[in-house]
Amino acid sequence: MPEKEKKQGTNISRRNFLKGVGTGTVAATVAPSVLIGSEKAADAQTGDAVASATIQLNINGETYQVEVEARTTLLTVLRDGIDTGGNNIDLTGAKLICDRGECGGCTVMVDGKSVYACMMLAMDAQGKQITTVEGLADGENLHPVQEAFIKHDALMCGFCTPGFVVASAALLGENANPTLEEIKIGLSGNTCRCGTYPFIFDAVKTASQKM
Amino acid sequence: MDKFSYVNATSLEQVTSLLSESGWGEVMLIAGGTDLVGELKEYIETPKTLVNLKTLPGMDSIEAEASGLKIGALATITDIAMHPTIQHHYTVLAQAAASVATPQIRNVGTLGGNLCQRPRCWYYRDEATHCLKKGGDTCYAVDGLSKYHAILGGDPVYIVHPSDLAPALIALGASVKIVGPEGEKTVSLEEFFTLPAANPFRENVLEPNEIVVEVSVPAPKSNTRSFYLKAREKGAPDFALASVAGVFQMNGKTCEAASVVLGGVAPAPWRSKEAEAALIGKMINDAVSQQAGSDAVKDAQPLNDNAYKVTLTQNLVSRAAMMAAS
Repeated sequence: MPEKEKKQGTNISRRNFLKGVGTGTVAATVAPSVLIGSEKAADAQTGDAVASATIQLNINGETYQVEVEARTTLLTVLRDGIDTGGNNIDLTGAKLICDRGECGGCTVMVDGKSVYACMMLAMDAQGKQITTVEGLADGENLHPVQEAFIKHDALMCGFCTPGFVVASAALLGENANPTLEEIKIGLSGNTCRCGTYPFIFDAVKTASQKM
Repeated sequence: MDKFSYVNATSLEQVTSLLSESGWGEVMLIAGGTDLVGELKEYIETPKTLVNLKTLPGMDSIEAEASGLKIGALATITDIAMHPTIQHHYTVLAQAAASVATPQIRNVGTLGGNLCQRPRCWYYRDEATHCLKKGGDTCYAVDGLSKYHAILGGDPVYIVHPSDLAPALIALGASVKIVGPEGEKTVSLEEFFTLPAANPFRENVLEPNEIVVEVSVPAPKSNTRSFYLKAREKGAPDFALASVAGVFQMNGKTCEAASVVLGGVAPAPWRSKEAEAALIGKMINDAVSQQAGSDAVKDAQPLNDNAYKVTLTQNLVSRAAMMAAS
């Protein structure tokens, strides 16, 4: 499998290292779509079959035009997609970990609800409002969930953290003042192998008091 | 996953027409995709075309009327779990829906997809294993690792049906509307699911060119108490090791009618007429509930690794009966 090309040189930061981890297996599914160069667009009116299409995705309030194969997942587009202007989308907050809809590392919001981006086809995300962890902060002002995660030190290695932060924000969007039991259920689709759960639950409680 | 093309559905006629172009597996339907995309990634399914059902209008509605519920096949599992009328009057269904997987999956997974999802058997899900379910000649659970496999109705394929909604809906007496090229038909959900002795390759009566469009549930009588009890290996989301959907009409502690449907123990949701017979007309106490539990599993034939499911199922049935009387 080709590794995603990253010019890291000798100056590999922890963040860049983590961004690079786990991208190797998906690069192959996104690259061919760019090479195919089909002009066809998926069209709900005609019901035409398309193997690839140029679609519009609304991510964090911005519209991205991107060419995808039918088999390309939303997570692949977020992390490795290239828009039609040739720019990397590069929203690598959502992590590719289990790639089977079990661990929650790729959690994003679609129309305000938490979903696994690894199990959603990019074409299925057309016309929806997609929010990734990168879209939660307002400029330099962190989202209350992000502030609370820092305050409670609710992470160790941090790899699952973006998924937990988005799942927490989605939970609080639906239930502004959840009980501990409701927090546990709301975050039951996310796994933290470092076991920071009690700190995460405290952080969500704190965030709920600020929202 | 392999390449395929993607079609937005415009009408049920178009969908059944596309499905009629070939047999199983060439043209497949996608709604939430949480089961199918996993199968595509493992090359268990390699369709030429996926038909996106989510562009069909009005198929995600939940209509609650005095006579009962009508739930569109595209209603999400979250919609079902959170629906106030379902929570209040169809408790077993709301509990079953809330027990499905994780919030992220419930938010996109649909009723139709939950009923038509494929088995989780590790031999079936392994790309390299050509088991009986996939057209081979051996069910490897028989001599292999069988911790999560069937104790009832298995022969010759020992998968368990993974749906939580199905046992609850069958216990409530639901029926399912199916559309094919020749029009629509309605079958009881109990008869919708089939055992491997009838067809080892599929789990229900659907033909390759048919689609589930709606489930109807009659309103329970006012003296109904219903529960969905699900045993999982861990506290976090998981498929059922065993589950029981119980719908009881109670007069005080006396059980006037009972539907008991087991999940996670057989290749189809398993209606336990034996447990029902042990409860109907009886004043429920410890002895009666334990009798119902042992009657529910008297025909169980565990494999090498899953005898624990017999005890588990027995106790879940007893507990559901005791809850009905408490």
